[in-house]
Amino acid sequence: MSSVLEMRSITKTFPGVRALSGVDLTVRPKEIHAVCGENGAGKSTLMKVLSGVHPHGSYEGEILFEGEPCAFRDIRASERRGIVIIHQELALVPYLSIAENIFLGNEHALRGVVRWGETVRRAAELMRRVGLRESPHTRVADIGVGKQQLVEIAKALAKRVRLLILDEPTAALNDEDSAKLLGLIGELRSQGVACVLISHKLGEIREVADTVTVLRDGRTVETLAVRPSPGAPAEVSEDRIIRGMVGRDLDSRFPPRTRYRGPDAGRVALEISGWTVRHPVDHRRKVVDGVSLNVRRGEIVGLAGLMGAGRTELAMSVFGRSYGLYAGGTVRIDGREADTRTVPGAVARGLAYVTEDRKTYGLNLIDTVSRNISLASLPKLTRAGVVDEHRERRVAEGYRDSMNIKTPTVSEQVGRLSGGNQQKVVLGRWVHADPEVLILDEPTRGVDVGAKYEIYTAVDRLAAQGRAVLLISSELPELLGMCDRIYTMAAGRLTGEVAREEADQEVLMRHMTRDGSRGDR
Amino acid sequence: MTTEESVARKGPAGGPGRPAGGARGGRGGSGAGALLLRTVRANMRQYGMLVALALIVVLFQIWTDGNLLKPVNVSNIVQQNSYILILAMGMMIVIIAGHIDLSVGSLAAFVGAAAAVLMVHHDFSWPAALACSLLIGAAAGAWQGFWIAYVGIPSFIVTLAGMLLFRGGTQILLEGQSLAPFPRGFQNISQGFLPEGGPLDNYHDLTVLIGVVVVAVVLFQEWRGRRRQREYELEVLPLSLFVLKCVAIVAAVVAFTLTLASHRGVPVVLLIMCGILIGLGFVMRNAVVGRHVYALGGNRAAARLSGVKDRRVTFWVFVNMGVLAALAGCVYAARLNAGTPQAGINFELEAIAAAFIGGASMSGGVGTVLGAVIGGLVLGVLNNGMSLVGIGTDYQQVIKGLVLLAAVGFDVWNKRKVGS
Repeated sequence: MSSVLEMRSITKTFPGVRALSGVDLTVRPKEIHAVCGENGAGKSTLMKVLSGVHPHGSYEGEILFEGEPCAFRDIRASERRGIVIIHQELALVPYLSIAENIFLGNEHALRGVVRWGETVRRAAELMRRVGLRESPHTRVADIGVGKQQLVEIAKALAKRVRLLILDEPTAALNDEDSAKLLGLIGELRSQGVACVLISHKLGEIREVADTVTVLRDGRTVETLAVRPSPGAPAEVSEDRIIRGMVGRDLDSRFPPRTRYRGPDAGRVALEISGWTVRHPVDHRRKVVDGVSLNVRRGEIVGLAGLMGAGRTELAMSVFGRSYGLYAGGTVRIDGREADTRTVPGAVARGLAYVTEDRKTYGLNLIDTVSRNISLASLPKLTRAGVVDEHRERRVAEGYRDSMNIKTPTVSEQVGRLSGGNQQKVVLGRWVHADPEVLILDEPTRGVDVGAKYEIYTAVDRLAAQGRAVLLISSELPELLGMCDRIYTMAAGRLTGEVAREEADQEVLMRHMTRDGSRGDR
Repeated sequence: MTTEESVARKGPAGGPGRPAGGARGGRGGSGAGALLLRTVRANMRQYGMLVALALIVVLFQIWTDGNLLKPVNVSNIVQQNSYILILAMGMMIVIIAGHIDLSVGSLAAFVGAAAAVLMVHHDFSWPAALACSLLIGAAAGAWQGFWIAYVGIPSFIVTLAGMLLFRGGTQILLEGQSLAPFPRGFQNISQGFLPEGGPLDNYHDLTVLIGVVVVAVVLFQEWRGRRRQREYELEVLPLSLFVLKCVAIVAAVVAFTLTLASHRGVPVVLLIMCGILIGLGFVMRNAVVGRHVYALGGNRAAARLSGVKDRRVTFWVFVNMGVLAALAGCVYAARLNAGTPQAGINFELEAIAAAFIGGASMSGGVGTVLGAVIGGLVLGVLNNGMSLVGIGTDYQQVIKGLVLLAAVGFDVWNKRKVGS
């Protein structure tokens, strides 16, 4: 048998849209097969066809699994054959234990009564296999995202998985947990479990995948061998994959920086000194500890750090004390001390914070594009307390065109846009608030390559207009490509400040992993 | 997923710098029909309910041999349902904000009782009693709003407590007895009509005048809206459809006006309701605070991080609800011409049902004040029609329950069909 899975010329049409047209995908035994493509390229739809979310008959083409044709009516049918999909948003019940979650819907029961001894014993066994060191009785809500991901995999193993589909499994994980997870997938491969890995992270694909299939606009562009193997000797580069994804050569992943030449260029716009925040529940813990930093007008300053370094916590605390317990420090904007105790206060002083979690903290997904853009600056569009809807529309259409937000009209629900376009909507909102200082928290998370470039261009334009930008990011190339200076944080403290010329990934990583408690800089 | 992909597809293969003019031209060509379809689909439940309301009216009109739309019965329907409609409008806003208010029935009873005590025992003039009643309502709303917005107790709990509290308060105030009668002026809040007098013999003159004014205002608004949309280069309905829409609206207004005018004219309470509808509708649609209510209901955390003063907005939503509940209590008491301990029982449930039939969503963030009125009228016309036909209250309840289920069920089904 030469292939575990063969999907042949899959075509899926939604009313008015052809999401997939003639897609082929072949997964060989013991293979990690990466699927990549821009948001909207059809990756998720393809996986939904495979797992039976879109039942047989609602698409054209055929699926052969281990040599037999398949006609799945629902997810249960595909799971029975050993195809398990793990979604980006984890499907765990937070207030049930790990063991209960692993066997959810698949309980060890005798005539409808759960056999707890057997359940716990089997759960412990599976947890050992995925390297999860926790008690099976621990609630899922009490463990981190990385470990939750492992629970998902244990759950898949409990279903005797033959083909594991992972949809951006490392999107929410830090580097350490990512490495662990990818290692685990490699181990499963050696145990005979094939894997389809959907990912935006090209480095990760190069690291673990054997083969990569690139989708664009609902079509298979190409399938490349990542590792040298008989019959496919080429080793593929990241730029090669990117070219396939975007369908054009990307000379540069970052726009050239435009200098701000105003009279006040170089003046310090944002100055944070001695900022300290305590954990909202555990008051003894300092999540941010005496951080001082500054950003000048026209400057883009990076803030690097691993997960848990306290970057988002710092930003949210500065922005209207939206996180934790304030325990000291001042904010100066243009040299004057600013009262940022409330969000409206911070906004009034020209501060804006673009959140890393646009679905939870950024957007009203059920409302329109234009209303989401205007939300933070309604008074500007208002005469005597009445919103001028026509002007609001025009403003939104302005941002649609200048930021290239792909939406049929600005009256479209934001929830229907792709991730990158949603991000542009959040950015548009804060640009329209016309702030002096913008704090951007992971502005390109979950955004495809083409949209990233557009977001970078927008950020560059903001700095070129003389605004100060503080860019929080976990992607070091992004910081190196965009910033003039980069601060690093570790364990709540500032551990370094590096100029662009002196910075490279190793230098930054060294600062980011330094023990922050001595705070030597 | 699908639209995400469809959106991505509309631009030329992922390239930046899409020619905006071209895209706009493309929309303009197939725009008219698509625009209409989109508007209808976006407001499916409201349009659906409007159609359902029309169907129910026609059905009962036939069933009751034309009694339903007799002028006297139309006045009746308006007066019978006024207090529920007033409550439903406030309830809609509460639900949009992502909350619920179970206390409005009890609060209405409490305020009615307070008004009765003031007028009967303490000889307050009726305007003074009405003003005091509204203040009591505002205070009660502020009390509940405080616990919900500033302390953070779920509205379900706070208003459940309020339901018991105000019901008990009513019984304490009235000592278990009904209090009556009220001055004529107070009764007129619910039972009165606008004064008669003028040149017409067969019709109520002031009502005809109001009708004419309404027609003029509506036409002017439509025309101005269309002109401004043009000015801003937005899509407009094609002229034929626009004219059709105007004719339909005018016809409806004229028919309604003439019906009322051939009985005793416009009921006072109708004027009050229209005032609230226009006022709250305007605030929810056009005022900043209205936008903030929608934003809070849609995503509280995001709204807060965008500078919405979430606590203050929530607080005022409940104060508004309190005032409307007080007004409803006065209207009901005026209708009965008595304050009674049994007033307002199940009003909260009727109001909540009206809001959901009219397009509210359990999770908040969606709905319009007009929708609540439509939802309330569906229930009200059903009530009235079934009574005229002679269906007992037992079956009436069953049918109303099924209508609520069907209305929301249809909406859920419709959304799923569009979404997948």
